Amino acid sequence: MLLELRSVSGGYGPVNVLHGLDLGVTEGEVGVILGANGAGKTTTLRAICGMLDDISGEVFFDDRDITRDSPQATARRGVAHVPQGRGTFGDLSVDENLRLGAITRKDGGVRSDLDRWYEAFPRLAERRTQAAGSMSGGEQQMLAIARALMSRPRLLLLDEPSLGLAPLITRDLFARLGEINRTEGLTMLIVEQNAGLALEIAQRGYVLETGSIVAQGTAEELAADEDVRKAYLGF
Amino acid sequence: MDALNDSLFVTQFLNGIGLGAVYASVALALVIIYRTTGLLNFAQGEMALFSTFVTWWLTERGVAIWPALLGSMVFSFFAGAAIERLIIRPVEKSKNQLNLVIVTLGLFLAINAVCQLLFIKPGQDQVLMPLMFPGGKLNLIVIDIPWAIVGRAAVLAVECAVLYLLLQKTKIGLALRAVASNPESSRLVGINPGTMLMLGWGIAAVLGAVAGTMAASRGLGGFDTSLMQQVLVYAFAAAALGGFDSPLGAVVGGLIVGVARTLTVQYIGWLEGIDLIVPLGLIFVVLLVRPNGLFGRNIVERV
Repeated sequence: MLLELRSVSGGYGPVNVLHGLDLGVTEGEVGVILGANGAGKTTTLRAICGMLDDISGEVFFDDRDITRDSPQATARRGVAHVPQGRGTFGDLSVDENLRLGAITRKDGGVRSDLDRWYEAFPRLAERRTQAAGSMSGGEQQMLAIARALMSRPRLLLLDEPSLGLAPLITRDLFARLGEINRTEGLTMLIVEQNAGLALEIAQRGYVLETGSIVAQGTAEELAADEDVRKAYLGF
Repeated sequence: MDALNDSLFVTQFLNGIGLGAVYASVALALVIIYRTTGLLNFAQGEMALFSTFVTWWLTERGVAIWPALLGSMVFSFFAGAAIERLIIRPVEKSKNQLNLVIVTLGLFLAINAVCQLLFIKPGQDQVLMPLMFPGGKLNLIVIDIPWAIVGRAAVLAVECAVLYLLLQKTKIGLALRAVASNPESSRLVGINPGTMLMLGWGIAAVLGAVAGTMAASRGLGGFDTSLMQQVLVYAFAAAALGGFDSPLGAVVGGLIVGVARTLTVQYIGWLEGIDLIVPLGLIFVVLLVRPNGLFGRNIVERV
């Protein structure tokens, strides 16, 4: 397992959101966390990144205990987190946003990676000097993902990437994420309401309810599960 | 030619630029801390006062004014960073901006008292800072400009250039702006915001050291612990005028406020002695007409 959470509990201040959560993602695979609003999906990602006030249990990344590491330390280890609402630097330019993604890198490949992601996301290349905050939601989501990729992460965490996006753009986004996973072998853990699309590109899935895992399995198993289909796929 | 030099207007305009360079430096320091910490640092003037006394203390020990200023800048950088780390950050954890403002007000009083205690001997009111610039004037075809004013303007220009290069052209500057823009996301890309805040306070303190030393180094006589109090009010007016989030605005605002001060005092006689009305009036009008200042951005974000 590249990422493993062992009986993680925690939350914000006195409020516990997660109750003994166990989950894991193997290197090279896409994992997806499904669940209703308030189930603790975002909190799970924040727990991985060291953004909770209070946490118990263990978070292992690459066989190393990162439970109590700061967000910046975890980022430097190779965990890139695209938070809900994208978390772009609104008043900085697209180019600066992307360079910030690579700010901890010391290797010489930043320039060529920039060119590469500009090629992959031509909309971003067109808007290179524009303030990130002035772009549309879909463009900002692309920027947030490209910025995460600029860090050459070993694990990409995506929090509701489809939030606020039109259906067609969401479809395109997931197609690209699937492609990046296939071509780069990049491990991903995606939190998503749009269960159908997410399960299409995922190999492994978890269903989260009030802070604990109530179902898990391969993407196929979950997609075939009666309860999961009723609750999250709508048929 | 002589007409230009003899003109009261020109003389006072130039004096205004000289004053404005000091206001602009302090305003720049205010803006840098505001952008990184989101905090109005009421202690900025007194931090600069302490730095100024450090410059003076060094000159008293035989160091020439410029190396003394350099020494004070280095000291101020670390002192500013230390204030952020040891005094501001612990209070910041309470997530209550008001607490922070109170702390900077406390710092204002504390630093002022410490300066009085450390540097002013009993029975002595003022100390004398050596001049930074030669006397005499620079002769520019139609106009003679005192070297003191040319020098102050040049110092301000160097400050702007260094800040611009630092903020726009270096990785550290990019990280500083990232923290100002979105602290949480900057952590997610691996930046330690704490380090950047310390850096911001350090830079602000260095700007204060330059501003204070320039303010104290004047032909008119010595300075005391009240040196930066008026300056701070004018710098606040400058920052409000330019927009609290704009370094360029701080500089333009500083120069405008400086010129506004000398010209109003020259031409509106009854303002003599109560000229603090000028910056206060400016702050009031700007807040009414253009709350974001001349260069401040009204941040509109699409979601």
